[in-house]
Amino acid sequence: MSTEPSDELWSAIADPSRRRVLDLLVRNGEASASWLAGRVPFSRQAVSKHLVVLEQARLISRRKQGREVLYQVDADRLDQATRAMAELARQWDRRLDTIKRLAEAVHAQTKDKTGGP
Amino acid sequence: MAEFQIEREVVIDAPVEVVWRTITEPEQIRQWFADRVELELEPGGRGLMSFEDRAVPFVVEAVEPPIRFAFRWNHPAGEEPAAGNSTLVEFTLVGEGERTRLRVAERGLDLVAWPNAEKDRYAEEHRGGWATFMDRLARLLAERRRG
Repeated sequence: MSTEPSDELWSAIADPSRRRVLDLLVRNGEASASWLAGRVPFSRQAVSKHLVVLEQARLISRRKQGREVLYQVDADRLDQATRAMAELARQWDRRLDTIKRLAEAVHAQTKDKTGGP
Repeated sequence: MAEFQIEREVVIDAPVEVVWRTITEPEQIRQWFADRVELELEPGGRGLMSFEDRAVPFVVEAVEPPIRFAFRWNHPAGEEPAAGNSTLVEFTLVGEGERTRLRVAERGLDLVAWPNAEKDRYAEEHRGGWATFMDRLARLLAERRRG
């Protein structure tokens, strides 16, 4: 499985309000949009929009129970997101290492030129 | 206040001026970031990082030689990057004699349009940043799977 964060996944979890919704779903297991709306500082419409984005990113799935729609977290997909985050950190580590090598090589050359006979 | 955030740093045996050129000159950026780089090195300047399979636009946010360089990217196609729709990559350089401490932070969206008390509580809760948040979610999930 690729650990590269897809744009969809990325923007789905980059938003703090959506992470809040995701957080509530993880804690509660399963919840409806109105249950969630009662526990966040934004509107029911905003909750619905966040649920759509999370569902498109496949971080959550839904099922119908009677007249209610219940949402729950997709644990595997969330694991993937966690790994994507770690991968991003590793990418920056690699870039910084290369920057270090490049800058130190340039600096060593300059020192040789100015310090040499 | 910044939300998900990755912060990394490295100490380099070279003065800040040298490190500054490494992170801001397109021919040098090519060696540590992308296959091709176009860059207007001024606030508001446009840039393009080309990788094997895609070209990623960015907009320069800050140029303060030789201590700070920042740009925004990861914004939706067709939109101007701003605090609400992109991530900010920020390099900070601190001279320590002949050496340089180079720090990079990539951070996501700010908590806009939330009541202040709620913002503070949420910021407090997530002070550890995005990675901590994800760790905690992963732990909760593991507990639920066991339980």
